[in-house]
Amino acid sequence: MNKKIINAVDDVIPQMTEGFIAANSRHYEKVPGVNGVAYKKRRTGKTALVVGGGSGHEPMFAGFVGKGLADAAACGNIFASPDPGTVAETAKFVQNGKGVLFVYGNYAGDNLNFDMAEEILQEEGIETAHVRVRDDCASAPPERTEDRRGIAGDVFVIKTAGAACDKGLSLAEVKRIAEKTCLNLRSIGVGLSPGQIPGAEKPTFTLGDNEMEYGLGLHGEPGVKRTVMRPADELAFVMVSAITEDMPLYSGDEVCVLINGLGCTTIMEMSIVYRKVAQLLGEKGVAIHDADINSYCTCMEMGGFSISILKLDSELKLYYDTACFSPYYAKEGR
Amino acid sequence: MKEFLTEDKVREMIVYIADKIIENKAQLSDIDSQIGDGDHGFGMAGGMRRAKEKVLVLENCGNAYKLFEAAGKAMLMSMGGASGVIFGSLYFSGGKEMAPSDRIDAAGLANMFNISLLAIKERGKAQVGDKTMVDALEPAVVAMEENREKGLLTMLLAAEEAARQGMEATKGMTAKFGRAKNLFERAVGHQDAGAVSVYIIFRSMREFVENAR
Repeated sequence: MNKKIINAVDDVIPQMTEGFIAANSRHYEKVPGVNGVAYKKRRTGKTALVVGGGSGHEPMFAGFVGKGLADAAACGNIFASPDPGTVAETAKFVQNGKGVLFVYGNYAGDNLNFDMAEEILQEEGIETAHVRVRDDCASAPPERTEDRRGIAGDVFVIKTAGAACDKGLSLAEVKRIAEKTCLNLRSIGVGLSPGQIPGAEKPTFTLGDNEMEYGLGLHGEPGVKRTVMRPADELAFVMVSAITEDMPLYSGDEVCVLINGLGCTTIMEMSIVYRKVAQLLGEKGVAIHDADINSYCTCMEMGGFSISILKLDSELKLYYDTACFSPYYAKEGR
Repeated sequence: MKEFLTEDKVREMIVYIADKIIENKAQLSDIDSQIGDGDHGFGMAGGMRRAKEKVLVLENCGNAYKLFEAAGKAMLMSMGGASGVIFGSLYFSGGKEMAPSDRIDAAGLANMFNISLLAIKERGKAQVGDKTMVDALEPAVVAMEENREKGLLTMLLAAEEAARQGMEATKGMTAKFGRAKNLFERAVGHQDAGAVSVYIIFRSMREFVENAR
């Protein structure tokens, strides 16, 4: 049985946007005519950062519109990229002549639609560029990183790119910072229970009572393998190992860690995971500069979590440490 | 039936195809959820509804291809997802490029879908064998080209069969595009949902032409 607190399936997206903007009307406004969310107090005279993707991952993407973050988010239907018109109109609403950087997850649908939006904007003389987040190291081997999908690592890329925009960097420089963030970022997830699309008759996947899916995607895409449930410490060990095999970490390295819940996983459980992650990194002599335990990038009510690790250098640290604010994500400057 | 489709018949056919896709919404999503995220039926049904609404209000345009162009644009600018760009282009690219005509005959329909196929491959970068809708579309277009002199129904029967075989063949493939590409050999054994949609579209065109006789 698909229990959802909705009115009608076809009204889910417009009614969500209406409520979301109404609740956050101090900060957000709707882009006229399309499903875009813009920051009201956005600064002018800077490169614009526009993010976006399918809905169903809340608070990603609209909740990452804010001060020192994205200027706007273009939102699609559930798990479907926004169409090119929505992306282009959202960008036009917030751009102010310094170009637009698009940051979004590396998925076929997003790539096609954002590319088309860039063509529309460039024809109108607006300079654009994009960075596709591809942090999920379970989704393709190291020799095919361009095939990897974006999951919770979006948070870090929006954070540093947003800060770089606010510092007044050019489009090319902001793009470089965002790319560098991607290169120093890895994530991996596990799923325990499926999320369900409103109106869909079946969940996105099924798992036995004692099963979990290792390496699954942010839309409930099957992962790389299915195993029996394991204790938190073992999961943390396997997942941190997978990340560090892909992106070696050495004594003296500094990292930021995000334990991201996929929808219904508790801070209690994720804190237990983080405890072990911190121990494991500590044993390697890796310093944790900052950590987050939250559900930023979800798959509706999916159970499970991902671990993301961002390796810092002095430049990334500068942009990471800049203060930012949205109603869903905030960092004190340091 | 005459060996061409008038503007009115093209409109009716686009509506007929849309209704068939909408009817198969749950099945398409079900196939997609085996190896994708299960939104294909929802997206296609939404896009086809827009396409239908658009062509129903577009009257007397004097160009039957304009209906495909408008239907495709309605899909392109409303659906989102990979399907929005790809299936929007299926109608839009060919419909836009064809010289205006108040009727579409077998050769015209074959040309139109051939132009769309090239546009889709250019944009999506997929080739036959990549487990995408191209696996059903390319053989269907080839069959249309080979049978374009034999009249609409014979041509569409051949295209439908080619699309069906192409759709079936996706079961044996690993995916190079879309979310299924991250599954490697786990995708084998499942059809590509986009290829199933292509088959339904060609089957519906054949049914429409057959029923109109």
